[in-house]
Amino acid sequence: MSRKTQDLQEAVIRFAGDSGDGMQLTGGRFTDTTAVFGNDLSTFPDFPAEIRAPAGSLAGVSAFQIKFSSKDIHTPGDSPNVLVAMNPAALKVHQQDVAPGGMIICNTSTFTPKNLKLAGYETNPLEDKTLEDYYTVYDIEMSKMVSTACEDLDLPSKSVERTKNFFALGLLFWIYDRPTQPTKDWLAIKFAKKPELIEANVRAMDAGYNFGETTEIFTTRYTVSKADLPAGKYRNVVGNYALSLGLAAAAEKSKLELFLGSYPITPASDILHTLSAWKYLGIKTFQAEDEIAGVTSALGAAFSGNLAVTTTSGPGIALKGEALGLAVICELPLVVVNVQRGGPSTGLPTKTEQSDLLQALYGRNGEAPMPVIASSTPGDCFYVAYEACRIAVKYMTPVMLLTDGYLANGSEPWIIPKLKDLPDIKVKFADKSSKVDDQYMPYLREKKTLARPWAIPGTAGLEHRIGGIEKEDVTGDVSYDPENHHHMVETRAKKVANISSEFDKTEVFGKKSGDVLILAWGGTRGACLSAAERLIKDGYKIGYVHLRWINPLPDDLGEILIKYKNVLIPEINFGQLIKVIRSEYLVDAKGLNQVYGKPITSADIQDAAKKLIG
Amino acid sequence: MPESKTQATYTRKDFTSDQAVRWCPGCGDYAILAQTQKVFPDLGRKKEEFVFVSGIGCSSRFPYYMDTYGFHTIHGRATAIASGIKIARPDLSVWVVTGDGDGLSIGGNHTIHLMRRNLDLNVMLFNNRIYGLTKGQYSPTSEVGKITKSTPMGSLDIPFNPLSLALGAGSTFVARTIDKETKHLQAMVAESYGHKGTSFLEIYQNCNIFNDGAFSPLTDRDTKSDTVLWLEDGKPLVFGAETSKGIRLDGNKPVVVEIGDKWSEDDLLVHDKSDYVIASLLANMTYLPEFPDPIGVFYNIQSPTYEDMLTEQIGHAIKKKPKASVQDLLNSGDTWTIK
Repeated sequence: MSRKTQDLQEAVIRFAGDSGDGMQLTGGRFTDTTAVFGNDLSTFPDFPAEIRAPAGSLAGVSAFQIKFSSKDIHTPGDSPNVLVAMNPAALKVHQQDVAPGGMIICNTSTFTPKNLKLAGYETNPLEDKTLEDYYTVYDIEMSKMVSTACEDLDLPSKSVERTKNFFALGLLFWIYDRPTQPTKDWLAIKFAKKPELIEANVRAMDAGYNFGETTEIFTTRYTVSKADLPAGKYRNVVGNYALSLGLAAAAEKSKLELFLGSYPITPASDILHTLSAWKYLGIKTFQAEDEIAGVTSALGAAFSGNLAVTTTSGPGIALKGEALGLAVICELPLVVVNVQRGGPSTGLPTKTEQSDLLQALYGRNGEAPMPVIASSTPGDCFYVAYEACRIAVKYMTPVMLLTDGYLANGSEPWIIPKLKDLPDIKVKFADKSSKVDDQYMPYLREKKTLARPWAIPGTAGLEHRIGGIEKEDVTGDVSYDPENHHHMVETRAKKVANISSEFDKTEVFGKKSGDVLILAWGGTRGACLSAAERLIKDGYKIGYVHLRWINPLPDDLGEILIKYKNVLIPEINFGQLIKVIRSEYLVDAKGLNQVYGKPITSADIQDAAKKLIG
Repeated sequence: MPESKTQATYTRKDFTSDQAVRWCPGCGDYAILAQTQKVFPDLGRKKEEFVFVSGIGCSSRFPYYMDTYGFHTIHGRATAIASGIKIARPDLSVWVVTGDGDGLSIGGNHTIHLMRRNLDLNVMLFNNRIYGLTKGQYSPTSEVGKITKSTPMGSLDIPFNPLSLALGAGSTFVARTIDKETKHLQAMVAESYGHKGTSFLEIYQNCNIFNDGAFSPLTDRDTKSDTVLWLEDGKPLVFGAETSKGIRLDGNKPVVVEIGDKWSEDDLLVHDKSDYVIASLLANMTYLPEFPDPIGVFYNIQSPTYEDMLTEQIGHAIKKKPKASVQDLLNSGDTWTIK
C-alpha cells in the first residue's frame, strides 16, 4: 500500500486518560525523545488535584500536551492536532479542544457502558459516529493489544493492562517518526530491578509502533524536522527543576551554604524534592512542621550566614506574611519562591494562575516593600532564581520570586548555562571595619546600595541584637523615635527602589511605538510573544514588553508606555499588574483577564489587541 | 576591651549589654537574667558562639540584655527560627527564651516539633501563668476559673502542663526551676547547657503586676518546705520540714507519706532522671494541691540530635559523590548539541 509522509512545521498532541493511566509519564517520554530529536518544544501538563479520583470519572482526567516544531516556538499550542483518549471521560473533557480535522485515537477497550455513563455519554460516541463529521477517529482496542503482546509473560493481567499507555506512546512515535530506543534505555534504568516490567512495557510500545506500521488504518505519517535553534549544548528542562538548579548555582558561585526551609504544597513541592536529593552538594533541606516554620527556619539560617530559601505556593505565602515582614525590617537576605496556583484559599491547587502578584507586592502589615521578580519560561526559572539570590545578598533584603503551575511543570529545550559565565555573587561578611568606636553598627549602610552589613554569629567582637522592633539607624538600638521610624521606612523603600539601577535597558519586541503595547509578566510570555509575532507579521503596529522585575519597575518603562496609543495587559487574574501600571504611570491600560486555570492563548491576545485598535 | 577574651576570663559584665532593662520593677525576669549572666562565664565557651532567640512577650526582650548574638523575632516562632540557626550552624550554642503564651499557645506547634527532632537547643520557658505584655489575659497555663479582662466570669479551659507536654513530645531533657531560687536556677541553666539535645527548662516566674503571687506557696519561707519537692538523681523523693515527708508508689499511683513509724526513706520512690515513667509521674504532679511541685531535673537522656544526623547524611552523600558540582548537574540527563 502506498503511504504518504507529510512534512509538518509543527504539531500539537495531547495524551489524556485516567489519573492512574500514566499520562504524565507518557507525555514526559514523548517530550524527552522529541527534545533529543532536535525539535523546539513546549509542554503543558494538566492534572487533577485528587491523586486518584474515582476511575473513569470526569474529575479524574489527567492530560499532557506537547507542541513541537521545526521553528522556534513559545507555547504548548492552543488546539491539539492529535488527541489520545484512553477512556470516555478523557474524550468528553478534551474532544472540544481538538483542531477541526484533527485526529482522535481512542482506547475502545475502556468504552464500556459503565465508563460511558461515568463520562455522561448517553450513547457511545464511537458507535454513533457523531465525531466523524469533524475529526478522524481511530478506535483501537489497546488493552486487548497489550494483553496479546504480553501473553506469555508471567505477570498479573492488571500489570499488563497498565502498559497500555506505552502502546499509545509507541503508536505516536510511529506516527511522528521518532525513535523508540531512548525510551527502551530509559525503561531499562527505571525498572532495573523488575525486568519483567521492562519487557512488558517494551512489548507494549513495540506493539503500538508496529500497529501503525503494519495496519493500513493510518494512511499518513508525519515528520517534523529538527528546529533551527541557536547553537549550543541543549537539554530539556522542567521549570521547578530549573529553579532548583538556579538556587544551587547561586550557592556555588557565592560560596554560601544553601538552606531550604519548606513545607510540602502543590505545585512547589518538586523544588523541595529536587534539592533534598542534592545533599552531595552540601545542600541542607528542612521539611518544617508548617509554612511558618518553613520561612522562619530559613530566616534563622539567613541570620547565621546561609543562602536561605523558602518555597511554597499562594496559601503558604499568606501564612508566611508576618515572617516576611520580619525579614524586611531585619534586612536579612532570603529568597521566597511562590509557585502560584489557582486561588483564593485552596482554590485550584494543580491549575495555573497569576493571582498572587498583589499579595507579593503588598501582602504584609506595615510598609514592607519586597523586590518581586517573575520567571517567564520554564528555563528562565533558572536565571530568575539565580538573580533573586544575587540581589538578596547584595541588598540584604528578602526577594519574592513568582513562578506558576504552568512554568513549574512545563518544559522546554534549554541551552545549558555555563556557571563561569554567570554574574559573580560576592559576599563579604562583616568584620571589624563595621565597628565605630569599638562598637559594631548593624545598620551602618553601604552608601550605594544602602545594604547593611551581614555579621554572622561566631564572629568575635560583632555580637549584636536584631529584631522585629524598629531599630535606630546605624546603631541598631531599639528605637521608638518618630523621626527615626520615618527615616527607616523611607530607607528600606529606597533600598528596594535602588535595585532598578541593576537592570539593562528594557527590551521592546516589535515596533518601538505604535498602536498597541502588549505589557506582560510571568508565564504568559510564550503566548504574548507568539501573538506579537503574528500581529506584526500581519502589519499591525505592535510592541511587546515583558517585565522581569515588578518591584522595582524598570526606570525606562514610563517613557516606553507613552509611545503607544494603547497598552494591553494580559494576565491570568482579574487585573493586578494593570492596577500597578495605572497607579504608577497614570496610563489608561486595558486588561485581558482570564482565570480558567490554564494559560491564556495567543489567539485571545491577538483578538484583544485588534479590538483595541478598532 | 580586647576583641575576644579567652573563655576563662569572662565575667558577668561580658554578658551584659549596654541596653537599659525595661521590665516592670519587681518582675521575676530580672532574677532570671541576672543568674544567666552570672553562670554564662562559667560555661567555658567563647561568647561569640552564643545566640539568644526569642519571640514576643515580656520574656522575649531577654536577648537585648545579653551581650551575645541575639534575634528578637515574632510571636511564637523563636523555636522555629532557632531550629534554622542550629541546622545551618551546628557549631553555635543556641538558646530560646519564651513564655507560656509565646511557647505554648501561639508557638505550641513549633515547640513540640522541636522536641521530637531533638535539635541541640536550650529552651528557657518563663511560666508566669498569665499574659503580661498584652496586660493580663489568661494564658494556656492559667488555672481554670481565672478571672481576667478576657475571662470576667472565669476561664474555662484546662491548662497545659508544660513538662508533661515536653515529655510527650519527646524532649530529651526536662527540668524546672523557680526565679527566686537563684543558685538552683544557675545550676539548671548550666545543666541545660551541658545536655546535648533539646533542653526544656520551665522557670516559674512571678509577674508582680498581673499575676502576683502565682508561685508564692513555692517561694514563701513558711510554706515552701511543704510545697516544693527538690529532685536529686538517685535520691529518694523527700520533702517537708526536716524531710518529714516523701513520695512512695502505691501500686503505680504516687502518694504522699509521712516518714516515721510506718514508712521510712527506704519505702520511697527513688528519682532516676533516665526513667521516662518516673519523669512522667513527677510531671503529672504539677498543679495538684495534694502534691508538692517537683523542682529540678525530671528527665535527661542521650539521643541522636537532628543536626548531627543531617550532617552525617550530607557527609555520606558527599563521600559517595566527592567531586559533584552544579555544572555536572546542569550537564546531566539527555543532552544534544546544535551547531
